[in-house]
Amino acid sequence: MTTDRILPVAAMSLAILVLWYAGALWLNGPQAVEALNRLGDGWGTADFVRQAFAMKRPILPTPDQVAVELFQSLTGTPVTHIRNLLYHTGVTAGSALTGFAMGVVLGVVLAVGIVQVRTLEASLLPWVIASQTVPILAIAPMIVVILGNMGFTGLLPKAIISMYLCFFPITIGMVKGLRSADPLALDLMRTYSAGTGQTFRLLRLPSSLPFLFASLKVAVAASVVGAIVGELPTGGQAGLGARLLSGSYYGQTVQIWSALVMAALLGVALVAAVGVAERALVRSGPGGGR
Amino acid sequence: MIGVASRQPRPAMAPGPLVALLAPLLPLGGVAGHSVGFVDSPVAVAGLVLLVGTLLLRRLAVGALSEAVILSVGVAAGYGATLRLLADGLAPDAGLWLLLLGATLLLGRVLRLLAEVSGPARHACPALFGLAILLLWEILTRGLQVPAILLPPPSAIAAAFATNAADLWDDFRQTVLISVLRGYLLGCGAGFAVAILADRVPFLARGLLPLGNLASAIPVVGVAPIMVMWFGFDWQSKAAVIVVMTFFPMLINTLAGLASAERIQLDLMRSYAAGYWRSLLLLRLPCALPFLFNGLKINSTLALIGAIVAEFFGTPVVGMGFRISTQVARMNLDVVWASITVAALTGSLLYGALALAERRVTAWHPSFRKR
Repeated sequence: MTTDRILPVAAMSLAILVLWYAGALWLNGPQAVEALNRLGDGWGTADFVRQAFAMKRPILPTPDQVAVELFQSLTGTPVTHIRNLLYHTGVTAGSALTGFAMGVVLGVVLAVGIVQVRTLEASLLPWVIASQTVPILAIAPMIVVILGNMGFTGLLPKAIISMYLCFFPITIGMVKGLRSADPLALDLMRTYSAGTGQTFRLLRLPSSLPFLFASLKVAVAASVVGAIVGELPTGGQAGLGARLLSGSYYGQTVQIWSALVMAALLGVALVAAVGVAERALVRSGPGGGR
Repeated sequence: MIGVASRQPRPAMAPGPLVALLAPLLPLGGVAGHSVGFVDSPVAVAGLVLLVGTLLLRRLAVGALSEAVILSVGVAAGYGATLRLLADGLAPDAGLWLLLLGATLLLGRVLRLLAEVSGPARHACPALFGLAILLLWEILTRGLQVPAILLPPPSAIAAAFATNAADLWDDFRQTVLISVLRGYLLGCGAGFAVAILADRVPFLARGLLPLGNLASAIPVVGVAPIMVMWFGFDWQSKAAVIVVMTFFPMLINTLAGLASAERIQLDLMRSYAAGYWRSLLLLRLPCALPFLFNGLKINSTLALIGAIVAEFFGTPVVGMGFRISTQVARMNLDVVWASITVAALTGSLLYGALALAERRVTAWHPSFRKR
């Protein structure tokens, strides 16, 4: 991040913090007044603010409340314990990454098929695009129930939802990438009398990598969404989605917010990890470094 | 493109579909415990004769398109005979499966031919592919007697659609016409308005863009329980989730679009002494249209997802998300699938309408030139 960006971003973040506290004051105000009135009449503005910022079940918890809850749920119990938020994050990350891996395989296979076989391009590609206009998350609970009936529980149903969200950006990006090889270079491969397989491996695949990684970033973020939504209908056993659901059932707003923050961190971390892999692979790869 | 250089309108045919000729040697299936031979069933024989007949007749075809039409009659005969026999209560055996395999391989040939055809007939390719998937779904779920709890056949879904039409319409009105439409308009409108504001105040843009990129990595849909808590069970909470989900994609796309006008065009506007608003209205917004439509299209899917997921957290007793989650619990999977069909059709129609509007409004754009 360059220096001319730090100031605006810092200002924006500060504005969000101020707005957040103001919002907490506004939303929790009525509850706080009620609580103070119950205690007695003599309370001032300072009491009111303190009360609004320290509600047990606030409508909008303050950032420091979320931070404290986050710290406690991360360090209060051992990592493998069901009460530890890191355990739930691990569960979500596990199914997200499994789904992501399956989505990458499916997406790449479809893309290679579409690029190499003309019939598939004409008949399959429109349906791949149409598949994404379907709000797939609507099917999520059903997939979980169906697979549960077939005896698959736990990680796999959630991973399949993640996979469905993942494969599309990868297929589209990869098709674009595999076609992005320089026509001159393709001609050169022909003059070397390289076969389809060799052209694919030595030219098309390397030149598709930048496109692939751009898609992978979108896909990995989508896989987290898929895993979280997949956890909603399982009835709150484990995972960030289950934390969201149980938080909303029992009115534990602070728990919801800390799960949300954790989900955001997980998404950002996974996208960053793909970015690191991109820098390592694309530069050292045969097509990179130009 | 290597390999297409030599013009070859009708590629050589693989002998795959001929496996259907082996079908009469095998048992067709059983009706009420009795085994039925292939030649005992006039329907099966008629299907096979038509299928093989079109294979012979294809020599008469003058071009790829006419051959595809002739062969698709054979495919229809194979699928039709199979469906008819299943409807008569036949428990299928190897003979029927071979007939189906032959018809499916023939369909592959039809699709291959259609893929080479230019002009409007090319659109028949995905349509036929989709239709074939539906028919195979119907045949396989019936023939293999897949339990309806796993995957109901399309005909059962259509029946559930018809019997629950009133409920489904109420769900559609609550979820799409009320929640999605309002949330979508509010979210996209807010994203657009803030983008214009950020365009006027570059400081704001520099602060908002990194936040927007960050938001794309965050599972925003997780705010659904909070919004349900704040705004109650009715449409307001769904619209709020949609606003949060659609705001940043619209903002980022609008900002990118406003930056897409070229230097030389901007200079021209200046030389005409056009002010900020005038050059925004006459040059920069039209230039931004492809980006705006991109944002609108992305958001159309996001909005539906947002509404349905938010309904999982609480609704009045109507709505697509409510219907899906309650009927899943009651194992009425055909109703669930009917509901999903409504969602899929809505999503596709929204997207299609936007794509159509885009072509109308930005017909001048280079990306449409080739088609």
